[in-house]
Amino acid sequence: MSEAVALDAPATRREPGKFWIVPPAALLALLFFYPLALIARQAFLDDSGVANAAEIFRVLHSRFFLNALINTVTISVAATAGCLIVGLVLALILAFVPFPGSGFIARLIDTFIALPTFLVTLAFTFLYGSAGMLNTGLMEAFSLPLPPVDFLYSTWGVVLAEVTVYTPFILRPLLAAFSLVDRGQIEAASVLGARPFRIVRQVILPAAVPALIAGGSLCLLLTVNEFGIVLFIGAKGVITLPLLIYGKAIQESAYQVACIIAVVNIALSLGLFGLYRFAAGRLGG
Amino acid sequence: MLVWSRPGRIMLWLLLALIFGVLFLAPLAVILLSSLADQWNGVLPNGLTMEHYTDVIKGSAWNSIKASLITGFLASALALVSGTWAALSLRLQWHALRRLLGLLFFIPSAVPSVSVGLGLLVAFSHPPLLLNGTVAIVMIAHFVLISAFTFGNVSAGLARLSPDFEQVASSLGARPAYRLWHVTLPLLAPYLVAAFGLSFALSMGELGATVMVYPPGWVTLPVSIFSLTDRGDIFAGAALTMILVAATLVLLLGLERITARATGS
Repeated sequence: MSEAVALDAPATRREPGKFWIVPPAALLALLFFYPLALIARQAFLDDSGVANAAEIFRVLHSRFFLNALINTVTISVAATAGCLIVGLVLALILAFVPFPGSGFIARLIDTFIALPTFLVTLAFTFLYGSAGMLNTGLMEAFSLPLPPVDFLYSTWGVVLAEVTVYTPFILRPLLAAFSLVDRGQIEAASVLGARPFRIVRQVILPAAVPALIAGGSLCLLLTVNEFGIVLFIGAKGVITLPLLIYGKAIQESAYQVACIIAVVNIALSLGLFGLYRFAAGRLGG
Repeated sequence: MLVWSRPGRIMLWLLLALIFGVLFLAPLAVILLSSLADQWNGVLPNGLTMEHYTDVIKGSAWNSIKASLITGFLASALALVSGTWAALSLRLQWHALRRLLGLLFFIPSAVPSVSVGLGLLVAFSHPPLLLNGTVAIVMIAHFVLISAFTFGNVSAGLARLSPDFEQVASSLGARPAYRLWHVTLPLLAPYLVAAFGLSFALSMGELGATVMVYPPGWVTLPVSIFSLTDRGDIFAGAALTMILVAATLVLLLGLERITARATGS
Protein backbone atom coordinates (compact mmCIF):
# COMPACT_ATOMS: atom_id res chain seq x y z
CA MET A 1 0.00 0.00 0.00
CA SER A 2 2.63 2.44 1.06
CA GLU A 3 4.71 1.39 -1.93
CA ALA A 4 1.86 2.23 -4.33
CA VAL A 5 1.60 5.71 -2.86
CA ALA A 6 5.34 6.24 -3.25
CA LEU A 7 5.17 5.17 -6.88
CA ASP A 8 2.19 7.35 -7.68
CA ALA A 9 3.55 10.41 -5.98
CA PRO A 10 6.14 11.55 -8.57
CA ALA A 11 3.61 11.32 -11.40
CA THR A 12 1.01 13.43 -9.62
CA ARG A 13 3.72 15.86 -8.53
CA ARG A 14 5.00 16.40 -12.05
CA GLU A 15 1.61 17.30 -13.51
CA PRO A 16 0.91 20.46 -11.42
CA GLY A 17 4.37 21.65 -12.52
CA LYS A 18 2.79 22.75 -15.77
CA PHE A 19 0.71 25.37 -13.95
CA TRP A 20 3.71 27.17 -12.47
CA ILE A 21 3.87 29.15 -15.72
CA VAL A 22 0.52 30.79 -14.94
CA PRO A 23 1.65 33.55 -12.50
CA PRO A 24 4.39 35.11 -14.70
CA ALA A 25 2.27 34.64 -17.83
CA ALA A 26 -0.72 36.30 -16.16
CA LEU A 27 1.47 39.20 -15.04
CA LEU A 28 2.74 39.67 -18.59
CA ALA A 29 -0.79 39.43 -19.99
CA LEU A 30 -2.19 42.01 -17.56
CA LEU A 31 0.66 44.52 -17.74
CA PHE A 32 1.69 44.19 -21.38
CA PHE A 33 -0.73 42.38 -23.70
CA TYR A 34 -3.92 43.84 -22.18
CA PRO A 35 -2.66 47.46 -22.62
CA LEU A 36 -1.50 46.55 -26.13
CA ALA A 37 -4.96 45.21 -26.98
CA LEU A 38 -6.52 48.41 -25.62
CA ILE A 39 -4.27 50.49 -27.90
CA ALA A 40 -5.55 48.50 -30.89
CA ARG A 41 -9.15 48.84 -29.67
CA GLN A 42 -8.85 52.57 -29.19
CA ALA A 43 -7.24 52.89 -32.62
CA PHE A 44 -9.95 51.02 -34.51
CA LEU A 45 -13.12 51.82 -32.55
CA ASP A 46 -14.56 55.11 -31.38
CA ASP A 47 -16.11 55.71 -27.95
CA SER A 48 -19.42 54.03 -28.86
CA GLY A 49 -17.60 50.90 -30.08
CA VAL A 50 -18.18 51.49 -33.80
CA ALA A 51 -15.38 51.00 -36.29
CA ASN A 52 -13.80 54.33 -37.04
CA ALA A 53 -12.52 54.05 -40.58
CA ALA A 54 -12.76 57.77 -41.38
CA GLU A 55 -10.44 58.79 -38.55
CA ILE A 56 -7.91 56.05 -39.35
CA PHE A 57 -7.98 57.08 -43.01
CA ARG A 58 -7.51 60.75 -42.06
CA VAL A 59 -4.51 60.03 -39.81
CA LEU A 60 -2.83 57.63 -42.23
CA HIS A 61 -3.10 60.18 -45.03
CA SER A 62 -2.06 63.17 -42.95
CA ARG A 63 1.13 65.04 -43.71
CA PHE A 64 2.54 64.67 -40.16
CA PHE A 65 2.10 60.89 -40.18
CA LEU A 66 3.62 60.35 -43.62
CA ASN A 67 6.55 62.62 -42.77
CA ALA A 68 7.17 60.75 -39.54
CA LEU A 69 6.96 57.39 -41.32
CA ILE A 70 9.42 58.49 -44.02
CA ASN A 71 11.77 59.95 -41.38
CA THR A 72 11.62 56.79 -39.28
CA VAL A 73 12.38 54.50 -42.21
CA THR A 74 15.11 56.76 -43.66
CA ILE A 75 16.83 57.19 -40.31
CA SER A 76 16.73 53.53 -39.35
CA VAL A 77 17.91 52.27 -42.75
CA ALA A 78 20.73 54.84 -42.92
CA ALA A 79 21.76 54.25 -39.29
CA THR A 80 21.75 50.47 -39.75
CA ALA A 81 23.88 50.79 -42.89
CA GLY A 82 26.28 53.01 -40.93
CA CYS A 83 26.39 50.56 -38.01
CA LEU A 84 27.12 47.66 -40.39
CA ILE A 85 30.01 49.49 -42.05
CA VAL A 86 31.53 50.89 -38.85
CA GLY A 87 30.95 47.63 -36.97
CA LEU A 88 32.54 45.57 -39.73
CA VAL A 89 35.61 47.81 -39.97
CA LEU A 90 36.07 47.84 -36.18
CA ALA A 91 35.53 44.09 -35.86
CA LEU A 92 37.96 43.29 -38.69
CA ILE A 93 40.71 45.36 -37.12
CA LEU A 94 40.04 44.17 -33.56
CA ALA A 95 39.90 40.51 -34.56
CA PHE A 96 42.48 40.18 -37.31
CA VAL A 97 44.96 43.01 -36.75
CA PRO A 98 45.06 42.84 -32.96
CA PHE A 99 47.23 45.03 -30.78
CA PRO A 100 47.90 45.14 -27.04
CA GLY A 101 44.67 46.46 -25.52
CA SER A 102 42.35 45.55 -28.39
CA GLY A 103 40.35 43.32 -26.07
CA PHE A 104 39.94 46.21 -23.68
CA ILE A 105 38.72 48.50 -26.49
CA ALA A 106 36.15 45.87 -27.53
CA ARG A 107 34.86 45.63 -23.96
CA LEU A 108 34.75 49.42 -23.62
CA ILE A 109 32.60 49.68 -26.76
CA ASP A 110 30.43 46.93 -25.29
CA THR A 111 29.65 48.96 -22.17
CA PHE A 112 28.01 51.56 -24.41
CA ILE A 113 25.08 49.14 -24.62
CA ALA A 114 24.33 49.87 -20.95
CA LEU A 115 24.52 53.67 -21.22
CA PRO A 116 21.44 55.78 -22.00
CA THR A 117 21.13 56.62 -25.69
CA PHE A 118 20.50 60.34 -25.24
CA LEU A 119 23.98 60.78 -23.70
CA VAL A 120 25.42 60.74 -27.20
CA THR A 121 23.05 63.42 -28.45
CA LEU A 122 23.91 65.64 -25.52
CA ALA A 123 27.61 65.17 -26.23
CA PHE A 124 27.09 65.91 -29.92
CA THR A 125 25.53 69.27 -28.99
CA PHE A 126 28.82 70.20 -27.33
CA LEU A 127 30.88 68.76 -30.19
CA TYR A 128 29.01 69.69 -33.36
CA GLY A 129 26.33 72.20 -32.22
CA SER A 130 26.35 75.73 -33.61
CA ALA A 131 28.36 76.89 -30.56
CA GLY A 132 30.14 73.55 -30.23
CA MET A 133 33.85 72.76 -30.24
CA LEU A 134 34.14 71.93 -33.94
CA ASN A 135 32.33 75.03 -35.17
CA THR A 136 34.08 77.39 -32.76
CA GLY A 137 37.41 75.89 -33.73
CA LEU A 138 36.76 76.26 -37.45
CA MET A 139 35.43 79.82 -37.02
CA GLU A 140 38.50 80.85 -35.01
CA ALA A 141 40.93 79.16 -37.37
CA PHE A 142 39.51 80.53 -40.60
CA SER A 143 37.79 83.65 -39.16
CA LEU A 144 34.42 82.58 -40.50
CA PRO A 145 31.36 84.69 -39.68
CA LEU A 146 28.96 81.73 -39.38
CA PRO A 147 29.26 78.18 -38.01
CA PRO A 148 30.26 76.05 -41.05
CA VAL A 149 29.16 72.63 -39.75
CA ASP A 150 25.39 72.38 -39.60
CA PHE A 151 24.22 68.78 -39.72
CA LEU A 152 23.38 68.14 -36.07
CA TYR A 153 19.75 69.31 -36.10
CA SER A 154 18.96 67.36 -39.25
CA THR A 155 18.25 63.73 -40.06
CA TRP A 156 22.01 63.16 -40.35
CA GLY A 157 22.65 64.29 -36.78
CA VAL A 158 20.20 61.62 -35.59
CA VAL A 159 21.77 59.03 -37.91
CA LEU A 160 25.30 59.71 -36.63
CA ALA A 161 24.14 59.52 -33.00
CA GLU A 162 22.34 56.22 -33.68
CA VAL A 163 25.40 54.77 -35.43
CA THR A 164 27.40 55.49 -32.26
CA VAL A 165 24.81 53.98 -29.98
CA TYR A 166 23.96 50.84 -31.99
CA THR A 167 27.33 49.82 -33.49
CA PRO A 168 28.07 47.67 -30.39
CA PHE A 169 25.05 45.53 -31.31
CA ILE A 170 26.80 44.65 -34.61
CA LEU A 171 30.28 44.43 -33.15
CA ARG A 172 29.38 41.87 -30.50
CA PRO A 173 28.00 39.10 -32.80
CA LEU A 174 30.68 39.87 -35.42
CA LEU A 175 33.54 39.38 -32.95
CA ALA A 176 31.89 36.16 -31.81
CA ALA A 177 31.66 34.96 -35.42
CA PHE A 178 35.24 36.01 -36.18
CA SER A 179 36.57 34.09 -33.18
CA LEU A 180 35.37 30.91 -34.95
CA VAL A 181 37.16 31.67 -38.23
CA ASP A 182 40.07 29.31 -38.80
CA ARG A 183 43.28 31.36 -38.52
CA GLY A 184 45.20 28.71 -40.43
CA GLN A 185 42.99 29.25 -43.46
CA ILE A 186 43.78 32.97 -43.45
CA GLU A 187 47.48 32.36 -43.04
CA ALA A 188 47.46 29.79 -45.82
CA ALA A 189 45.70 32.22 -48.15
CA SER A 190 48.18 34.89 -47.13
CA VAL A 191 51.18 32.64 -47.77
CA LEU A 192 49.74 31.74 -51.17
CA GLY A 193 49.86 35.43 -51.97
CA ALA A 194 46.24 36.52 -51.50
CA ARG A 195 46.00 40.20 -50.62
CA PRO A 196 44.17 41.18 -47.39
CA PHE A 197 41.23 42.61 -49.34
CA ARG A 198 40.73 39.32 -51.14
CA ILE A 199 41.00 37.30 -47.91
CA VAL A 200 38.37 39.51 -46.31
CA ARG A 201 36.05 39.07 -49.30
CA GLN A 202 36.51 35.37 -49.84
CA VAL A 203 37.28 33.91 -46.42
CA ILE A 204 36.12 36.24 -43.67
CA LEU A 205 32.96 37.84 -45.09
CA PRO A 206 31.13 34.57 -45.81
CA ALA A 207 31.63 33.64 -42.16
CA ALA A 208 30.36 37.06 -41.08
CA VAL A 209 27.16 37.15 -43.15
CA PRO A 210 24.85 35.49 -40.57
CA ALA A 211 26.14 37.82 -37.82
CA LEU A 212 25.72 40.83 -40.11
CA ILE A 213 22.13 39.85 -40.95
CA ALA A 214 21.18 39.16 -37.34
CA GLY A 215 22.93 42.28 -36.01
CA GLY A 216 21.56 44.40 -38.85
CA SER A 217 17.96 43.37 -38.27
CA LEU A 218 18.35 44.00 -34.54
CA CYS A 219 19.71 47.47 -35.39
CA LEU A 220 16.75 48.15 -37.69
CA LEU A 221 14.38 47.20 -34.87
CA LEU A 222 16.14 49.31 -32.25
CA THR A 223 16.49 52.36 -34.50
CA VAL A 224 12.82 52.23 -35.52
CA ASN A 225 11.94 52.28 -31.80
CA GLU A 226 14.54 54.89 -30.79
CA PHE A 227 13.11 57.80 -28.84
CA GLY A 228 15.71 59.47 -26.60
CA ILE A 229 18.10 60.52 -29.35
CA VAL A 230 15.38 62.14 -31.46
CA LEU A 231 13.80 63.84 -28.44
CA PHE A 232 17.14 65.31 -27.33
CA ILE A 233 18.02 66.59 -30.83
CA GLY A 234 14.73 68.47 -30.56
CA ALA A 235 14.71 69.45 -34.24
CA LYS A 236 11.29 70.45 -35.56
CA GLY A 237 11.89 68.77 -38.92
CA VAL A 238 13.02 65.43 -37.49
CA ILE A 239 9.88 63.81 -36.11
CA THR A 240 9.80 59.99 -36.03
CA LEU A 241 6.87 57.70 -35.19
CA PRO A 242 7.73 57.29 -31.45
CA LEU A 243 8.17 61.06 -31.12
CA LEU A 244 4.85 61.65 -32.88
CA ILE A 245 3.08 59.26 -30.49
CA TYR A 246 4.58 61.13 -27.52
CA GLY A 247 3.60 64.50 -29.02
CA LYS A 248 0.02 63.51 -29.82
CA ALA A 249 -0.64 61.75 -26.50
CA ILE A 250 1.16 63.96 -23.98
CA GLN A 251 1.31 67.40 -25.58
CA GLU A 252 -2.01 67.36 -27.48
CA SER A 253 -3.95 64.75 -25.47
CA ALA A 254 -5.11 63.25 -28.77
CA TYR A 255 -5.13 59.66 -27.53
CA GLN A 256 -6.95 58.14 -30.46
CA VAL A 257 -4.53 59.61 -33.01
CA ALA A 258 -1.63 58.45 -30.82
CA CYS A 259 -3.09 54.94 -30.70
CA ILE A 260 -3.51 54.75 -34.48
CA ILE A 261 0.13 55.76 -34.98
CA ALA A 262 1.21 53.38 -32.22
CA VAL A 263 -0.49 50.47 -34.01
CA VAL A 264 1.51 51.24 -37.16
CA ASN A 265 4.73 51.60 -35.18
CA ILE A 266 4.15 48.38 -33.23
CA ALA A 267 3.32 46.48 -36.44
CA LEU A 268 6.53 47.75 -38.02
CA SER A 269 8.55 46.77 -34.92
CA LEU A 270 7.01 43.31 -34.66
CA GLY A 271 7.75 42.70 -38.34
CA LEU A 272 11.38 43.60 -37.76
CA PHE A 273 11.41 41.51 -34.57
CA GLY A 274 10.23 38.53 -36.64
CA LEU A 275 13.01 39.20 -39.13
CA TYR A 276 15.55 39.37 -36.30
CA ARG A 277 14.32 36.13 -34.70
CA PHE A 278 14.43 34.41 -38.08
CA ALA A 279 17.97 35.67 -38.74
CA ALA A 280 19.18 34.87 -35.23
CA GLY A 281 17.58 31.43 -35.48
CA ARG A 282 19.41 30.72 -38.73
CA LEU A 283 22.57 31.93 -37.01
CA GLY A 284 21.92 29.42 -34.24
CA GLY A 285 21.74 32.04 -31.48
CA MET B 1 47.07 38.29 -38.36
CA LEU B 2 45.68 39.57 -41.64
CA VAL B 3 48.02 42.42 -42.47
CA TRP B 4 51.71 41.65 -42.24
CA SER B 5 53.39 44.89 -43.24
CA ARG B 6 54.10 47.24 -40.37
CA PRO B 7 52.97 50.47 -42.10
CA GLY B 8 49.73 48.74 -43.12
CA ARG B 9 49.03 47.68 -39.56
CA ILE B 10 49.78 51.14 -38.22
CA MET B 11 47.41 52.67 -40.79
CA LEU B 12 44.63 50.32 -39.69
CA TRP B 13 45.27 51.05 -36.01
CA LEU B 14 45.10 54.77 -36.73
CA LEU B 15 41.77 54.20 -38.50
CA LEU B 16 40.51 52.30 -35.46
CA ALA B 17 41.73 55.06 -33.14
CA LEU B 18 39.95 57.65 -35.29
CA ILE B 19 36.61 55.83 -35.33
CA PHE B 20 36.85 54.94 -31.65
CA GLY B 21 37.93 58.46 -30.73
CA VAL B 22 35.25 60.28 -32.71
CA LEU B 23 32.33 57.96 -32.00
CA PHE B 24 32.96 56.66 -28.49
CA LEU B 25 35.68 58.48 -26.60
CA ALA B 26 34.90 62.07 -27.64
CA PRO B 27 31.23 61.98 -26.53
CA LEU B 28 32.10 60.68 -23.05
CA ALA B 29 35.06 63.03 -22.68
CA VAL B 30 33.06 66.03 -23.79
CA ILE B 31 30.18 65.28 -21.39
CA LEU B 32 32.70 65.04 -18.55
CA LEU B 33 34.40 68.27 -19.64
CA SER B 34 31.14 70.20 -20.01
CA SER B 35 29.91 69.04 -16.62
CA LEU B 36 33.01 70.71 -15.16
CA ALA B 37 33.11 73.75 -17.47
CA ASP B 38 32.95 77.16 -15.88
CA GLN B 39 32.26 79.10 -19.08
CA TRP B 40 32.55 77.74 -22.54
CA ASN B 41 32.90 80.31 -25.30
CA GLY B 42 35.94 79.07 -27.23
CA VAL B 43 37.08 75.64 -28.34
CA LEU B 44 37.85 74.65 -24.76
CA PRO B 45 36.20 75.82 -21.53
CA ASN B 46 37.61 78.98 -19.90
CA GLY B 47 37.91 77.30 -16.55
CA LEU B 48 36.82 74.31 -14.53
CA THR B 49 34.36 74.29 -11.67
CA MET B 50 32.37 71.86 -9.54
CA GLU B 51 29.51 74.37 -9.47
CA HIS B 52 27.18 72.38 -11.74
CA TYR B 53 27.50 69.32 -9.53
CA THR B 54 26.79 71.27 -6.35
CA ASP B 55 23.90 73.04 -8.10
CA VAL B 56 22.22 69.87 -9.27
CA ILE B 57 22.77 68.12 -5.94
CA LYS B 58 21.27 71.11 -4.09
CA GLY B 59 18.37 71.25 -6.52
CA SER B 60 15.90 68.51 -7.24
CA ALA B 61 18.60 66.15 -8.53
CA TRP B 62 18.83 64.18 -5.34
CA ASN B 63 15.13 63.33 -5.67
CA SER B 64 15.73 62.17 -9.24
CA ILE B 65 18.65 59.98 -8.20
CA LYS B 66 16.49 58.48 -5.47
CA ALA B 67 13.55 57.97 -7.84
CA SER B 68 15.79 56.30 -10.44
CA LEU B 69 17.53 54.03 -7.93
CA ILE B 70 14.30 52.92 -6.23
CA THR B 71 12.52 52.39 -9.55
CA GLY B 72 15.51 50.53 -10.98
CA PHE B 73 15.88 48.33 -7.92
CA LEU B 74 12.22 47.40 -7.50
CA ALA B 75 11.53 46.93 -11.21
CA SER B 76 14.69 44.82 -11.64
CA ALA B 77 13.91 42.73 -8.56
CA LEU B 78 10.37 42.06 -9.78
CA ALA B 79 11.64 41.34 -13.31
CA LEU B 80 14.24 38.97 -11.86
CA VAL B 81 11.64 37.02 -9.88
CA SER B 82 9.14 36.86 -12.73
CA GLY B 83 11.77 36.23 -15.42
CA THR B 84 13.43 33.42 -13.45
CA TRP B 85 10.05 31.99 -12.56
CA ALA B 86 8.99 32.06 -16.21
CA ALA B 87 12.25 30.57 -17.49
CA LEU B 88 12.17 27.75 -14.92
CA SER B 89 8.51 26.86 -15.33
CA LEU B 90 8.78 27.03 -19.11
CA ARG B 91 11.03 23.97 -18.94
CA LEU B 92 8.08 21.94 -17.67
CA GLN B 93 5.93 22.76 -20.71
CA TRP B 94 5.19 20.80 -23.79
CA HIS B 95 7.56 21.65 -26.66
CA ALA B 96 5.29 23.74 -28.95
CA LEU B 97 3.77 25.67 -26.03
CA ARG B 98 7.26 26.31 -24.69
CA ARG B 99 8.33 27.92 -27.97
CA LEU B 100 5.20 30.06 -28.21
CA LEU B 101 5.38 31.28 -24.60
CA GLY B 102 9.11 31.88 -24.91
CA LEU B 103 8.40 34.15 -27.86
CA LEU B 104 5.62 35.99 -26.00
CA PHE B 105 7.94 36.69 -23.06
CA PHE B 106 10.41 38.27 -25.51
CA ILE B 107 7.95 40.54 -27.29
CA PRO B 108 8.01 43.47 -24.79
CA SER B 109 11.63 44.13 -25.81
CA ALA B 110 10.53 44.59 -29.43
CA VAL B 111 7.75 47.10 -28.85
CA PRO B 112 8.68 50.81 -28.78
CA SER B 113 8.87 52.02 -25.19
CA VAL B 114 6.64 55.01 -25.94
CA SER B 115 3.89 52.59 -27.00
CA VAL B 116 4.32 50.61 -23.79
CA GLY B 117 3.81 53.87 -21.90
CA LEU B 118 0.79 54.77 -24.03
CA GLY B 119 -0.75 51.34 -23.43
CA LEU B 120 -0.36 51.70 -19.66
CA LEU B 121 -2.00 55.14 -19.80
CA VAL B 122 -4.92 53.82 -21.84
CA ALA B 123 -5.36 50.72 -19.68
CA PHE B 124 -4.90 52.09 -16.17
CA SER B 125 -6.38 55.59 -16.30
CA HIS B 126 -9.75 54.60 -14.85
CA PRO B 127 -11.14 52.34 -12.10
CA PRO B 128 -10.92 49.54 -11.09
CA LEU B 129 -7.21 49.87 -11.84
CA LEU B 130 -6.53 53.57 -11.54
CA LEU B 131 -2.75 53.82 -11.59
CA ASN B 132 -2.28 56.92 -13.75
CA GLY B 133 -0.43 59.55 -11.72
CA THR B 134 1.00 57.07 -9.22
CA VAL B 135 4.57 55.89 -8.71
CA ALA B 136 3.41 52.33 -9.38
CA ILE B 137 2.79 53.01 -13.07
CA VAL B 138 6.43 54.08 -13.52
CA MET B 139 7.59 50.84 -11.87
CA ILE B 140 5.23 48.81 -14.06
CA ALA B 141 6.50 50.51 -17.24
CA HIS B 142 10.11 49.74 -16.28
CA PHE B 143 9.21 46.20 -15.26
CA VAL B 144 7.48 45.50 -18.60
CA LEU B 145 10.41 46.87 -20.62
CA ILE B 146 13.17 45.02 -18.77
CA SER B 147 11.32 41.76 -18.09
CA ALA B 148 12.12 40.42 -21.57
CA PHE B 149 15.86 41.00 -21.03
CA THR B 150 15.81 39.28 -17.63
CA PHE B 151 13.86 36.37 -19.06
CA GLY B 152 16.29 36.11 -22.00
CA ASN B 153 19.39 36.20 -19.79
CA VAL B 154 18.07 33.63 -17.32
CA SER B 155 16.88 31.33 -20.13
CA ALA B 156 20.29 31.54 -21.78
CA GLY B 157 21.95 30.71 -18.45
CA LEU B 158 19.58 27.81 -17.89
CA ALA B 159 20.35 26.42 -21.34
CA ARG B 160 24.07 26.41 -20.54
CA LEU B 161 23.53 24.62 -17.23
CA SER B 162 24.45 20.96 -17.27
CA PRO B 163 21.35 18.90 -16.39
CA ASP B 164 23.56 16.35 -14.57
CA PHE B 165 23.53 18.11 -11.22
CA GLU B 166 19.76 18.27 -11.11
CA GLN B 167 19.42 14.65 -12.21
CA VAL B 168 21.90 13.49 -9.58
CA ALA B 169 20.09 15.49 -6.92
CA SER B 170 16.80 14.04 -8.10
CA SER B 171 18.10 10.47 -8.07
CA LEU B 172 19.39 11.03 -4.54
CA GLY B 173 15.78 11.76 -3.61
CA ALA B 174 15.80 15.56 -3.51
CA ARG B 175 12.29 16.95 -3.86
CA PRO B 176 11.65 19.62 -6.56
CA ALA B 177 11.56 22.52 -4.11
CA TYR B 178 14.76 21.41 -2.40
CA ARG B 179 16.42 20.81 -5.76
CA LEU B 180 15.41 24.26 -7.00
CA TRP B 181 16.64 26.04 -3.88
CA HIS B 182 19.86 24.11 -3.24
CA VAL B 183 20.96 23.06 -6.73
CA THR B 184 19.42 24.96 -9.64
CA LEU B 185 19.28 28.47 -8.21
CA PRO B 186 22.86 28.47 -6.83
CA LEU B 187 24.13 27.22 -10.20
CA LEU B 188 22.12 29.90 -11.90
CA ALA B 189 23.30 32.64 -9.53
CA PRO B 190 25.94 34.26 -11.81
CA TYR B 191 23.38 34.59 -14.59
CA LEU B 192 20.83 36.01 -12.16
CA VAL B 193 23.32 38.63 -10.98
CA ALA B 194 24.21 39.54 -14.57
CA ALA B 195 20.52 39.76 -15.51
CA PHE B 196 19.82 41.98 -12.52
CA GLY B 197 22.72 44.28 -13.40
CA LEU B 198 21.67 44.67 -17.01
CA SER B 199 18.03 45.37 -16.09
CA PHE B 200 19.10 47.90 -13.48
CA ALA B 201 21.26 49.69 -16.05
CA LEU B 202 18.46 49.65 -18.63
CA SER B 203 16.00 50.99 -16.09
CA MET B 204 18.36 53.80 -15.06
CA GLY B 205 18.54 55.01 -18.67
CA GLU B 206 14.90 54.42 -19.63
CA LEU B 207 13.24 57.50 -21.08
CA GLY B 208 10.47 56.72 -23.62
CA ALA B 209 7.92 55.03 -21.39
CA THR B 210 8.81 57.05 -18.29
CA VAL B 211 8.22 60.36 -20.03
CA MET B 212 4.72 59.14 -20.94
CA VAL B 213 3.61 58.03 -17.47
CA TYR B 214 5.65 59.77 -14.73
CA PRO B 215 3.76 61.68 -12.02
CA PRO B 216 5.14 65.12 -10.97
CA GLY B 217 6.71 63.82 -7.75
CA TRP B 218 8.66 60.96 -9.33
CA VAL B 219 11.00 62.41 -11.96
CA THR B 220 13.69 59.88 -12.90
CA LEU B 221 17.22 60.93 -13.90
CA PRO B 222 16.75 60.77 -17.70
CA VAL B 223 13.52 62.80 -17.53
CA SER B 224 15.26 65.28 -15.26
CA ILE B 225 18.22 65.54 -17.66
CA PHE B 226 15.82 66.10 -20.54
CA SER B 227 13.97 68.92 -18.78
CA LEU B 228 17.27 70.59 -17.80
CA THR B 229 18.64 70.54 -21.35
CA ASP B 230 15.26 71.47 -22.81
CA ARG B 231 15.36 74.59 -20.63
CA GLY B 232 18.83 75.36 -22.04
CA ASP B 233 20.67 74.43 -18.86
CA ILE B 234 22.96 72.00 -20.72
CA PHE B 235 25.86 72.20 -18.26
CA ALA B 236 23.65 71.05 -15.40
CA GLY B 237 22.25 68.40 -17.76
CA ALA B 238 25.80 67.20 -18.44
CA ALA B 239 26.58 67.07 -14.71
CA LEU B 240 23.47 65.00 -14.06
CA THR B 241 24.33 62.74 -17.03
CA MET B 242 27.78 62.11 -15.51
CA ILE B 243 26.09 61.15 -12.23
CA LEU B 244 23.87 58.73 -14.16
CA VAL B 245 26.83 57.25 -16.07
CA ALA B 246 28.90 56.92 -12.88
CA ALA B 247 26.04 55.25 -11.00
CA THR B 248 25.45 52.82 -13.87
CA LEU B 249 29.13 51.94 -14.25
CA VAL B 250 29.70 51.49 -10.51
CA LEU B 251 26.68 49.21 -10.42
CA LEU B 252 27.82 47.14 -13.39
CA LEU B 253 31.42 46.85 -12.16
CA GLY B 254 30.24 45.83 -8.69
CA LEU B 255 27.95 43.17 -10.10
CA GLU B 256 30.68 41.94 -12.42
CA ARG B 257 32.97 41.40 -9.43
CA ILE B 258 30.25 39.46 -7.63
CA THR B 259 29.73 37.33 -10.76
CA ALA B 260 33.46 36.75 -11.15
CA ARG B 261 33.73 35.62 -7.54
CA ALA B 262 30.69 33.34 -7.89
CA THR B 263 32.00 31.65 -11.04
CA GLY B 264 35.56 31.60 -9.72
CA SER B 265 36.96 33.09 -12.90
